[in-house]
Amino acid sequence: MNAPPKKPSREFLKPPVTEVGVLGWLHSNLFNTWYNSLLTVVVLLMLWQLVPPLFGWAFVDSVWNSPAEACRDIEGACWSVIPQNISFIVFGFFPDGHQWRPGIAMLLLLGLVIFSKDSRHWKKSLAVYWLVGLVTMGILMYGGLFGLLVVDTDQWSGLPLTFMLALFGMVAGYPLGVLLALGRRSRMPAIKTLCVVYIEMIRGVPLISLLFMSSVMFPLFLPEGVTFDKVLRAQVAIILFTAAYIAEVVRGGLQAMPRGQFEAAESLGLNYNQTMRLIILPQALKIVIPPSLGILLSTFKDTSLVVIIALYDVLKTTKVTLSNPKWTGFSTEAYIFLAVFYFICCYAMSNYSRKLEKALHTGR
Amino acid sequence: MTSKPSIVADTEYQPSAVPFWRDPDKRAIVFQVVALLLVAFVSYYLFSNTQANLERQSIATGFGFLGKEAGFEIGESLIAYSAADRYVDALLVGALNTIKVSFIGIVFTIVLGTLVGIARLSSNWLVAKLAGSYIELMQNIPVLLQLFFWYAIFYESFPSPRQALNPFAGVFLCNRGLIFAVPETHAAHATMGWAFAAALVIGWGLHRWGNRRQARTGQIFPSIRVSMALCIFLPFLVWVFAGTPTAMDVPELQGFNFKGGVTVSPEFSALLLGLVFYTAAFVAEIVRAGIQSVGRGQVEAAMAIGLLPGQVLHLVILPQALRVIIPPLTSQMLNLTKNSSLAIAIGYADFVAVTNTTINQTGQAIEGVALIMLVYLFFSLSMSLFMNWYNKKMALVER
Repeated sequence: MNAPPKKPSREFLKPPVTEVGVLGWLHSNLFNTWYNSLLTVVVLLMLWQLVPPLFGWAFVDSVWNSPAEACRDIEGACWSVIPQNISFIVFGFFPDGHQWRPGIAMLLLLGLVIFSKDSRHWKKSLAVYWLVGLVTMGILMYGGLFGLLVVDTDQWSGLPLTFMLALFGMVAGYPLGVLLALGRRSRMPAIKTLCVVYIEMIRGVPLISLLFMSSVMFPLFLPEGVTFDKVLRAQVAIILFTAAYIAEVVRGGLQAMPRGQFEAAESLGLNYNQTMRLIILPQALKIVIPPSLGILLSTFKDTSLVVIIALYDVLKTTKVTLSNPKWTGFSTEAYIFLAVFYFICCYAMSNYSRKLEKALHTGR
Repeated sequence: MTSKPSIVADTEYQPSAVPFWRDPDKRAIVFQVVALLLVAFVSYYLFSNTQANLERQSIATGFGFLGKEAGFEIGESLIAYSAADRYVDALLVGALNTIKVSFIGIVFTIVLGTLVGIARLSSNWLVAKLAGSYIELMQNIPVLLQLFFWYAIFYESFPSPRQALNPFAGVFLCNRGLIFAVPETHAAHATMGWAFAAALVIGWGLHRWGNRRQARTGQIFPSIRVSMALCIFLPFLVWVFAGTPTAMDVPELQGFNFKGGVTVSPEFSALLLGLVFYTAAFVAEIVRAGIQSVGRGQVEAAMAIGLLPGQVLHLVILPQALRVIIPPLTSQMLNLTKNSSLAIAIGYADFVAVTNTTINQTGQAIEGVALIMLVYLFFSLSMSLFMNWYNKKMALVER
């Protein structure tokens, strides 16, 4: 800033108060035309009708950690349903006394996710970290090593199940999706047809039908005596479902590659595998990182559908809690809690994906 | 992509000098044969396992079960149905229920989504922020959780019919659903429906005639406004000539429930609310993107040549924005239809729920799941056929 002139030759005329500061902001954002003013007043009136009672219900007349009986004679929200049942809602049927295992596994997952957010960490070592992390989480969950009690997958429930279904749906679905996308762009008619039929069929039906398939049809597919349990079957269904959506996203990335890239690779004498592995996929996959995160987001939301085939994900454990006669009638509170949890996870993901999209938009 | 190396053919080398594993064409054939064999082998393996398993568990195969008596009741139905009817009737009831909730849901979603999308772009800070919060909130909460939430609101927060909320005269809200008064059935209603249909046909004809006249002479005929007026006026005329029947079928409390009026079940209401609020958030983003895709210069140019604000919207913004909006919009409509299968979680008898009951009773899982997939594939394919037709119709004519 320059020093102010010693002798102002004339007085500066200030802008009118209605154009600057709070008043100016109000004027230009809320009351700039007559219908905007009307709209603002109407909306404010509606908020005035709606917000104070809701606020009172949620924060003033509510109880936060009390036995169920104390909830029966209050007007407000009974948030106690969450803290009083938190260990069942989060860990489900995981054996008592061993719940620290899924707890640590989830903390590990959170750590890995936060570590991977920084694009400076995107190196080969990151894949190694993830591999080590996933194996550790698997050992923590399943046990059997280092004297840990074996916990079968049918006892995996609550939040760890939700995360597992979403994460493996994505991790295992991605390679399959890339193969399908390459197949769809292939010049071999038989391969192309197979891939198109698979992708369009999966995308045309609701996830529910695949989950039904996993719960009632997969057992029929296997030879006599071979069974694998419900959680893994649902996981397979989610992987098959996610792969079709990933394939479409990756196809978008492949189509965005200019022809010159293919031609340059060919003129260098690279064969199909080399072209794809060294030239096309690294660039195409980089473009599709943000939409892939979108798929992860919807897979995460979609895992809640396993409720319908009676798997105990976090939504189902909440429902089980609510079916306990002590806690019936407090569904609204419990669902709002879950909604907040899902919202935080999904909003963080979508926000990150938007930022990444800007950061990766390096312009070619 | 690998293209056929034409160099080989141009030189004096004999093509036979290339071993077959180096010839892309032959290699492609080998790959495809291997892939097809693999698929065939896996299918055969699964098929034979299934066959053996079905025999061992003595489960019937084929669609013969469709003709047998279903033996279960369905909560709500658009056509007459009882437990004594056949499975195929039950499935039809389910399919009609799916179509009903999808159709009503799509109409409400488009209206709400468009409103929120426009509000998102409002110059009013408060309105824009509220719309933005709505979009973020709804998009980031699983739709199934939203369905459970609305269902819980109906079942736990609304009073019993005796203490039903009565926000307007003739409308009651309780844990049995939404009950409202409708005009008592009258012979004139059918005629009014025909009058409305006639108004639609006349309006369509007027629109075509108006367009052709405008192309010929440049004169604009307000066909939309005239058609809308006709749609209201013709049925009204019939109503007046029928002696203005005003009798209403008002719901009344009898015992523990309401008699009369029209009842919308809590299951249907919760499903509709959940689907509409969830999908409308996505539609709002599509509408916003569509409107923003029309360049500012277009609007300014339209205003500069003296078009009125309504004309700017109708003649300049909408035709260009719709081209961007319609394709993702149809895919959202399809998503809504597919998500309506979550009805099973809150006990609305849609196609999936009825099929699930059928599977449980007959044990014929394969046929059941195949039916579900076929029905939804039919919806998806008809939607993509429409899309192709629309894209062709709307494609920019390039000069």
